[in-house]
Amino acid sequence: MSRARLVLGMFVAFMLAAPLALPEFHVTLLNYIGLYSIVTLGLVLLTGIGGLTSFGQAAFVGMGAYTTAFLTTAYGVSPWLTLLAGLALTFAVSLFLGFITLRLSGHYLPLGTIAWGISLYYLFSNIEFLGGYTGLSSLPEINVFGVALDTGRKFDYLIWTLALLALLSMHNLLDSRSGRAIRALKGGSMMAESFGVDTARLKTIIFIHAALLASLSGWLYAHLLRFVNPTPFSINAGIEYLFMAVVGGAASVWGAVVGAGILTILKQWLQDLLPRLLGQNGNFEMIVFGVLLVLLLQRAREGIMPLVLRYFPAPKKLPQAAAQELPRRAQPACGESLLELTRVRKAFGGLVAVNELSFAMRSGEILGLIGPNGAGKSTVFNLVTGVLPLTSGEVRFRGERIDTLSARAIVPYGLARTFQHVHLLPTMSVLENVAIGAHLRGSKGVISAALHLERAEEAMLLAEAARQLERVGLGPSMHEQAGSLALGQQRILEIARALCADPVLLLLDEPAAGLRYQEKRALAELLRKLKSEGMSVLLVEHDMDFVMKLVDRLVVMDFGEKLAEGLPQEIQTDPAVLEAYLGGVK
Amino acid sequence: MNTEIALFLIQDGLTNGAIYALLALALVLVFAVTRVIFIPQGEFVAYGALTLAGLQLGKLPGTAWLLLGVGLAVAVVELAQALRLGLARRIPAILFKFIIIPVALLSLAWWAAPQKPALTLQILLTLVLVVPLGPMVYRLAYQPLANASVLVLLIISVAVHFAMTGLGLVFFGAEGSRTPPFSDAQWKLGVLNISGQSLWVMGASLALIVALLLFFEHTIYGKALRATAINRVGARLVGVSPAMAGKLSFTLAALIGALSGILVAPITTIYYDSGFLVGLKGFVGAIVGGLMSYPIAAAGALLVGLLEAYASFWASAYKEVIVFTLIIPVLIWRSFTTHHIEEEEE
Repeated sequence: MSRARLVLGMFVAFMLAAPLALPEFHVTLLNYIGLYSIVTLGLVLLTGIGGLTSFGQAAFVGMGAYTTAFLTTAYGVSPWLTLLAGLALTFAVSLFLGFITLRLSGHYLPLGTIAWGISLYYLFSNIEFLGGYTGLSSLPEINVFGVALDTGRKFDYLIWTLALLALLSMHNLLDSRSGRAIRALKGGSMMAESFGVDTARLKTIIFIHAALLASLSGWLYAHLLRFVNPTPFSINAGIEYLFMAVVGGAASVWGAVVGAGILTILKQWLQDLLPRLLGQNGNFEMIVFGVLLVLLLQRAREGIMPLVLRYFPAPKKLPQAAAQELPRRAQPACGESLLELTRVRKAFGGLVAVNELSFAMRSGEILGLIGPNGAGKSTVFNLVTGVLPLTSGEVRFRGERIDTLSARAIVPYGLARTFQHVHLLPTMSVLENVAIGAHLRGSKGVISAALHLERAEEAMLLAEAARQLERVGLGPSMHEQAGSLALGQQRILEIARALCADPVLLLLDEPAAGLRYQEKRALAELLRKLKSEGMSVLLVEHDMDFVMKLVDRLVVMDFGEKLAEGLPQEIQTDPAVLEAYLGGVK
Repeated sequence: MNTEIALFLIQDGLTNGAIYALLALALVLVFAVTRVIFIPQGEFVAYGALTLAGLQLGKLPGTAWLLLGVGLAVAVVELAQALRLGLARRIPAILFKFIIIPVALLSLAWWAAPQKPALTLQILLTLVLVVPLGPMVYRLAYQPLANASVLVLLIISVAVHFAMTGLGLVFFGAEGSRTPPFSDAQWKLGVLNISGQSLWVMGASLALIVALLLFFEHTIYGKALRATAINRVGARLVGVSPAMAGKLSFTLAALIGALSGILVAPITTIYYDSGFLVGLKGFVGAIVGGLMSYPIAAAGALLVGLLEAYASFWASAYKEVIVFTLIIPVLIWRSFTTHHIEEEEE
């Protein structure tokens, strides 16, 4: 049994015994930590992992609490039904808020949540049927299988059962195809999109997920106290939830429990201590929390969890060799027309970066697109991959127009790319980085991931990633962190990731840039091997030496226009090309 | 509603709106130069108002002690850095700037406060006590993280807001204060009574906006800030230090905040935690301008002021709900008009 499982077992045993053995005060504290952990867990997903922030989680807690308080006291509805009602309401509201803010730059979501957190607080405080500032009281107790949870001790079991289920399902989710895509949201959105991940949809999903957890916590809170008033749902409470998530950190889902635990206990202690020290009453713990958070972000941005995790090495993810192979697409016959650019033009304002460029490539060849700096090569690359829209002209792939599609929509046609500046998730393993490439070859979503119903598919995806790593010769580094590889290996990793998408055409953007001589040789060898296996490659490059020895044909660009096209030896003697590269010889 | 009330509400709305406009400008400025979403702006409003209120009662305002405390903290950080870098010659300057000056200001306030000097002197004293907190806060909280993502800086801002609100409670206490108006004059213009106070507020806001404009157009420091806002790396390459730009923009923000507090103090009762809501209303205005455009931000802030005035007439209990819900249509509008592709951060 691993050390992590042992500690988990001890934790569960403690949680089972605690409500029976601890004094009332400590059980209450434990209850609150459980409630806050559930909310914080959503923020760990949203902020720590997804790179989004909400200060308005307390408002979602309030939504869950007030829905059940109102429906159970005014209409006598069963609390189990009001739980569903609260979740449904929260779902609708968070979907709407997510829809309007997640399309804007990152800081509109948190600002929006501050504003809406405040307005919801004042709404709770002023609506008459919600009891105004006095709130609603005499909520019914919750019955579980006929047992009335009428004391804090009994309620503790419900809170922590749900908290552990939430933790477990979150843990499952992150360890899956969707989880990898979610972890790519922070710092890797562009890369994820270029492998077919719908990042806008995923952002909305994690925002809703966080809101639903908050709403669940609100429902529990209302029935634990059997009373609600607006104060615990104020914007300050929302800010404290975020602090808990930052203190715990996103390195593990357990950061939520650690953050909630530390801040709850610290607050309790400070609320005793500070008023005595200062000789007046007030929420002075705010000062300590504020200063603590600033110091934490300055000194240990990842929170406390990484320090804890040092003692629990993560188990290696072993791809199962026995896993079934993923189905592969039918590759075009060698020599079939693959990519066709017709009079492609791209203007940035008055600057024409690409002017009336036409060329075509066939299946099975390596085509090099070369030219001096500023010739427009990378722009062509971005036009073909859908990163930039065309000004005019056409791009066809196997006869179908792709120039009107977004980067994400082009992926299913069988184009896979690498990046000029490598885009990796440095803290994720090499294997998982590569598995992102196979995103569109899986189909299981967030819910089956949370329940781990997609293990067969996941095994196939990881096996495919491992296979591609072996293919490019990175097999031995599979379990290392991607960020620890040398640049040359990172470039090769990007090729493996692209291969994972089972592409028809591989697009490589300056793969040799910044590589040492040996690394370049290894790269050239790999590309030759891929060609011998029938892979088609479009290579944008300006290292002449590297290109000449490798490609079948070349297209030379200068000042946005096509200067020449032909076999490497023709290009090497072409006077126009020589002039462009070496300057006029007079 | 008759014309008289309608006009009165417009006057009321524009008066508050002028203050929100000042805050919105400061927020846009700080965001453009440092990428910091300056949530603690509101605390400077409260500090300004409560410091002036203290002086008017002839009491030593808590800000004087706070300034010394924060100054000591900055001195410790700066000294540690100077020693680490082996720059012992900086020590006298650090001691002078962060310890001797705050001690001098504390003594000055101690001596001046009981004598209840003229209003202008009280205002000046308030400014010299509150404004230095701006760059000091930048030095302590933000400068070590100047290259962090907007999101991390925002969380820092919220943490600073928390700490400053708590400190406000320690140094000013829980009671609110309201200062006497600058002017009791009333003019009758048709059916409308124009109060001297609202003319003061609007005039001062306008003057400050013009002063800012002149500062940005005609001084080297103003130009340095604009350059930093447009291109941080480029500005740095031509010798504009990001730390200087950060401190300067925080100084301006603190100045605008404190002045807004001084202007708002006679209009409403200010508590140690009132600044947050006032500042956020400036934010709603700034968001209308996308945190980028100064004129649209100012116009948005005036709109917030007007909306608030009418909301408090029609449904006073829901005033805050209405003002803060305004952000939703604004965000909807922005999300359909901007075609922004998220730049990669971190």
